[in-house]
Amino acid sequence: MADKDVSRRDFLKLAWGAAGALALVETGGVVLSFFSPRIVEGEFGGVIDAGQADSFPPGSVTPFTQGRFYLVRMPDGGFLALYRKCTHLGCAVPWNPAEGKFICPCHASSFEMDGQVINPPAPRPLDRFAVSIVDGLVKIDTGTPIQRDHASPADLVYAGVTA
Amino acid sequence: MTDEFDPRPEDLKQRVWESIQRDELPPSDDRGRMRVVMNNLVLHLHPSKVAKPTLKFTYTWGLGGLALLLIVLLSVTGVMLMFVYTPSPETAYQDMLNLQTSVWFGQLIRNLHHWSGNLLVIVAFLHLLRVFFTGGFRTPREFNWILGLALLLLVVAANFTGYLLPWDQLAYWAVTVGSSLLSYIPLIGEGLRNFLLGGPEVGAATLTNFYGLHVAIIPLTLMGIVSFHIWRVRKDTLTIPHTVDGKVDGDDGDRIEKVTTLPHLVSRELVFALVMTGAILLWSVWVNAPLEAAANPDHSPNPAKAAWYFMGLQELLLHFHPVFGAIIIPALGLGALAFLPYQRFDLSAEGVWFRSRKGRLIALVSTLTALIAVPLLVLLDEYVLDLPGMMPNLPTIISNGWIPLAVLLLLLIGYYDMIKRLFRSTACEARQGIFVLLVTAFIVLTVIGVAFRGEGMALMLPWEVL
Repeated sequence: MADKDVSRRDFLKLAWGAAGALALVETGGVVLSFFSPRIVEGEFGGVIDAGQADSFPPGSVTPFTQGRFYLVRMPDGGFLALYRKCTHLGCAVPWNPAEGKFICPCHASSFEMDGQVINPPAPRPLDRFAVSIVDGLVKIDTGTPIQRDHASPADLVYAGVTA
Repeated sequence: MTDEFDPRPEDLKQRVWESIQRDELPPSDDRGRMRVVMNNLVLHLHPSKVAKPTLKFTYTWGLGGLALLLIVLLSVTGVMLMFVYTPSPETAYQDMLNLQTSVWFGQLIRNLHHWSGNLLVIVAFLHLLRVFFTGGFRTPREFNWILGLALLLLVVAANFTGYLLPWDQLAYWAVTVGSSLLSYIPLIGEGLRNFLLGGPEVGAATLTNFYGLHVAIIPLTLMGIVSFHIWRVRKDTLTIPHTVDGKVDGDDGDRIEKVTTLPHLVSRELVFALVMTGAILLWSVWVNAPLEAAANPDHSPNPAKAAWYFMGLQELLLHFHPVFGAIIIPALGLGALAFLPYQRFDLSAEGVWFRSRKGRLIALVSTLTALIAVPLLVLLDEYVLDLPGMMPNLPTIISNGWIPLAVLLLLLIGYYDMIKRLFRSTACEARQGIFVLLVTAFIVLTVIGVAFRGEGMALMLPWEVL
């Protein structure tokens, strides 16, 4: 061998060490994957039919308990589905019709009708779900909440406009 | 020697007894007493002799032993509860109701488990304070302090996982809020939270996960480290208590008398354990563990509070950006705690309550400072100061995170410097002052969170909170 600095003892030590480390990593991998989240197909996480677009008056907020979201119709007619989970610490945020905003009971974060933060500690607007309107029917895909830094008019979906 | 263990076939009863208990009971001399301790499975966690001054109750307050007693009580009642409880959202809450109404002594066993668990958090914390204030973490005991910190974290983890099991509103939302704290750890936070909860929200998988952690993983780890911790106490011995004048406390001369563990230490332990067991039993007979309405994921109660021992953290969250309130500040605190025994320490302060006369004065001043300053700062931030509003162009992680933290750290450094100059104190005494200041601050924040935060987490007086 060219490299005479590595004695047989050093080589064996290294080999044992590497094999041991590999075994540890493998065991760790087995344990981690064993305990990884089991995804259960259920009511939440699929595409939900909310109903006819015309049945939601502009400027209304309709809760969907099973889907864990609010279907918001902005005064200009745009649709938005907001995940009800507070972006601060995960409480269920109720809509307060008297004050016209979402107010979290846990740490008093409040949000505009479009999810924009009015009052911290919430660090970002309420997450939204993708909305599509097909033949006048509103459908919400609750598979993945979409995080955003700012609420934007581009989040809104309008009836009669194909996305 | 051979005569001593010679079996006596003519007396079977005697033979059976000696096969179990080899040493003479009661032992007739000190050698016999030491041998009993050495040869007994439970007692051998103790050394055979201990320094007499360390037996003084007001030196240790029996806090370590009390923690061990609570762990035993929790294990026994916990295993009993496992027989009448199924960890599934469909059955858990009903099991709790049945436990309280149809199981014989079910309410009592639940109360014992609940109150012992809460008491353990307090006792473990007091134990930490006791060891700190008597300088019990000095060489060669540094690593045992670290083990103690690990045990404190495990105790909190055991409490937190147990909190979910009743599956009532309190449980569901406290765990939702508590686990969301994790999601603020940069990069791995959300993954870690989802891993722990078994999904993005608290649900059936969470209950199974927490049950497994609560009844198996955490208790086994805890018992392993507890044995290690006690074994180290035996090897390292206790720090000898000294009066503030530098004399050995509880001994006439400077010669430290050693006495046999049996009966001097063991009898004290037994008496204290009996008294405390009686007290906990009485309390549990009279005061029921809370159980609210069944968990409802659609409706967060107002206010939704974390478990009481997390209320200090939750209060921090109201004032800081979540990354700071939930991660950076607690991590700094824990890091500082772990680093404490490796700092320089005045040898004359070993075993002296609060280090020295000057140390006592500084500790008192620091307590008062925190008692006044923390409520003032909370009020200031609540009603006057709006840092994100004052710096609208900066992200809140800077305006409500780095900036207030930097200001607070500067204030702390200034306080440390002021103490050293004003009292001409040693670094060791001044460091204790900072420790007292921060511990008092944490306790004040916890009290504010528990008693002064009502609907919408707004500040109000305690009688309005209830």
